[in-house]
Amino acid sequence: MTQYIIRRLLYSLPLLMGVNILTFVLFFVVNSPDDMARMQLGQKHVTEQAIANWKQQHGYDVPLLWNDSAQGGGKITDTVFYQKSVGLFLFRFGVSDSGRNIGADIKERAWPSLAVALPTLMIGLLVNICFALMMVLFRNSYVSKDGVYAAGRSGAGAALEHTGIVLCVILMSISSLFYIIGGQFFIGKVLRLVPISGYDDGMAAVKFLILPVLIGVFSGIGSGTRWYRTLFLEEVGKDYVRTARAKGLSETQTLFRHVLPNAMIPILTGVVVVLPLLFMGSLIMESFFSIPGLGSYTIDAINSQDFAIVRAMVFLGSVLYVIGLLLTDISYTLVDPRVRLS
Amino acid sequence: MVVLWTDALIYLLIVVILALGLHLRGKEHIKRPLQQIGRSKIGMVSLVVLLFFVLIGLLDSVHFKPTDDTKNEIISLLDYWATPLREHGEKTYSAPFATKLYSKEMIAMPDGSMQWGYPRLEFGGRHLNNPEMEKIPDILQKALYGLAQGASLIVFFMLLMWGLLAEQHKRLMLSSTAKTVLAVVFVIVSFSYALIYLSPYYHVFGTDKVGEDVFYQAVKSIRTGLVIGTLTTLIMLPMAIIFGILAGFFRGWVDDVIQYIYTTLNSIPGVLLIAASILMVQVYMASHESDFTSVIVRADTRLLFLCMILGVTSWTGLCRLLRAETLKLREMEYVQAASALGVKQGAILLRHILPNVMHIVLISVVLDFSSLVLAEAVLSYINIGVDPTSYSWGNMINGARLEMAREPIVWWSLTAAFVFMFALVLAANLFADVVQDAFDPRRSGNE
Repeated sequence: MTQYIIRRLLYSLPLLMGVNILTFVLFFVVNSPDDMARMQLGQKHVTEQAIANWKQQHGYDVPLLWNDSAQGGGKITDTVFYQKSVGLFLFRFGVSDSGRNIGADIKERAWPSLAVALPTLMIGLLVNICFALMMVLFRNSYVSKDGVYAAGRSGAGAALEHTGIVLCVILMSISSLFYIIGGQFFIGKVLRLVPISGYDDGMAAVKFLILPVLIGVFSGIGSGTRWYRTLFLEEVGKDYVRTARAKGLSETQTLFRHVLPNAMIPILTGVVVVLPLLFMGSLIMESFFSIPGLGSYTIDAINSQDFAIVRAMVFLGSVLYVIGLLLTDISYTLVDPRVRLS
Repeated sequence: MVVLWTDALIYLLIVVILALGLHLRGKEHIKRPLQQIGRSKIGMVSLVVLLFFVLIGLLDSVHFKPTDDTKNEIISLLDYWATPLREHGEKTYSAPFATKLYSKEMIAMPDGSMQWGYPRLEFGGRHLNNPEMEKIPDILQKALYGLAQGASLIVFFMLLMWGLLAEQHKRLMLSSTAKTVLAVVFVIVSFSYALIYLSPYYHVFGTDKVGEDVFYQAVKSIRTGLVIGTLTTLIMLPMAIIFGILAGFFRGWVDDVIQYIYTTLNSIPGVLLIAASILMVQVYMASHESDFTSVIVRADTRLLFLCMILGVTSWTGLCRLLRAETLKLREMEYVQAASALGVKQGAILLRHILPNVMHIVLISVVLDFSSLVLAEAVLSYINIGVDPTSYSWGNMINGARLEMAREPIVWWSLTAAFVFMFALVLAANLFADVVQDAFDPRRSGNE
């Protein structure tokens, strides 16, 4: 096990290197630091001197990859690539273009992001699985292997299931922006149940979190329920379910005791892969509700064209994703005895 | 005529679709799923709605410079027909069907005195002498008139078609699916005719902050949505297909390299990659300002870049599916037999593997469409979507969002964007479901 984890960690190194090189090319080769300086200082009437000053202040005044004028090791270390990109591997994010310490900002802002994202994920998971199970129960029959309906389907159940599917598609077709705007308007403004937006430290944050979590859960119901339903249906078609039915178990017993545990394997691993990314927060949720998390941090950086922050967030995101992949593989072995790491 | 980059790609896409259609015409294995789609009521109705949107989008994709215009602007066929809508700008917000402005200002009365009140709109309801009394009867009368005209137009065409049809086709037209489709066509045509009939007299969906007609904005946004939904796919398909099939077929180091590439791209959060790329495009466009002479060319270039970036971030999913399927297919007996008989690898790929993964490609194209249209709105909200000057539902929502706090609220821009977007995405989702049922061998007979 330890050996496997070490090997996987080593395998993720080239991945992160790839990400790093890609962002380097995107941020420094496609557009030179001169272009960035001009963008930051305003397009027109920028003197060469001002550009040189800006570059010097932000440490972009060295060559990109190879510094011929430096001595010894400085030929490599006194370059933009070494100072701006390699440092990311050690989580040295440096300072943003506006002069703040990015590492400290990230540490501070990760928690509000998590406070929104984690409850949204958990409650959403619960709600979606419940709805999906209900729809599978309504189906009230199973499809035999050659695709012919075996047991008789009750008319009402089939109708309910059909309505459920159509409702899911309708919910899926509404842009998440409308859920947020609608929720803020009706719950926050018309009913005045919770504050429309804002954030507070400690327990006082709860009243600010209710609305974003609620909207986040609601906007995910359509696609989530449909997805879990297909997972369950896939399991329902398997042989062991038929055996369970043949033994005389009721539909509910089969579903909860046999289908649910088996279907939990893909569901759990699907959740584990996004767990680390929860720190990154949700871009639009946080900016709509003005929650000081990493999502709104990123948006602010995008809007003020602070390249250092965007670069740091890209790298952080891919590190978290790689960790998520690793956790998924490990969790597979824990929940599914058929899978062995080799 | 002026051909913008996205226009050219749209024409290319149409040519590709037509060529594919001709190539596959009458092939037995395509016929069965097509017939299944044809029998499905939901499928056909959503297809009609989609085609209606596509038609508007195509009208909006034929650009030219008007000869009598001195302003040197490029307009589309749709703009040309909607000239009254384009030119009937008011001062600022006005509600749907309003005859007065949303906000109060000083009005010069006929007798020379000044009064604080709601001024009359410049164009909305201009023909009315006494708006309080005449407005509602006038709207009703015009709407009914428009509806009747539209309805008679479509009935005329249907009768004409009925008369021209051969006897065997007439039976087809009487099936319940065909009747539903005709009913939907009837409703769409007569309602849009009524809307078009009303729009020169009133602002049917109101006007926005700078007084532009919201109905016109919503209609113009259709093209942006369609372009993002389709061109992104056109850009990503070659990459996904070639890489996916090669990785699955050759395995070994080819597979390793391709897997490395798509895992790397996948591990960067999509929104951030898009943001980073768009920022770069912005910097590039700012430093090459002289290349983009007119606003529309500039917006078009950015739209194209957005499609490319979305394509680069979204090909990995399809590529992985194709790789898995090819891995399975290459062990099949018929592929083994072909290689045993000495068929070249290239021929095996083209003749045996490619046609057998096409259903996956088709399904993912249809499924991706709606999510791309939705993604556009979100991206435009974060300012990394289409150019702020171009029409899109995302920009409409973005502009209207802050006005929710006003009293009385400005709801019409949001509503218009919602209605148009919802119709398009719902139709696309329903159609995607039907296509998936028809083409996915695992789901046939399931639903």
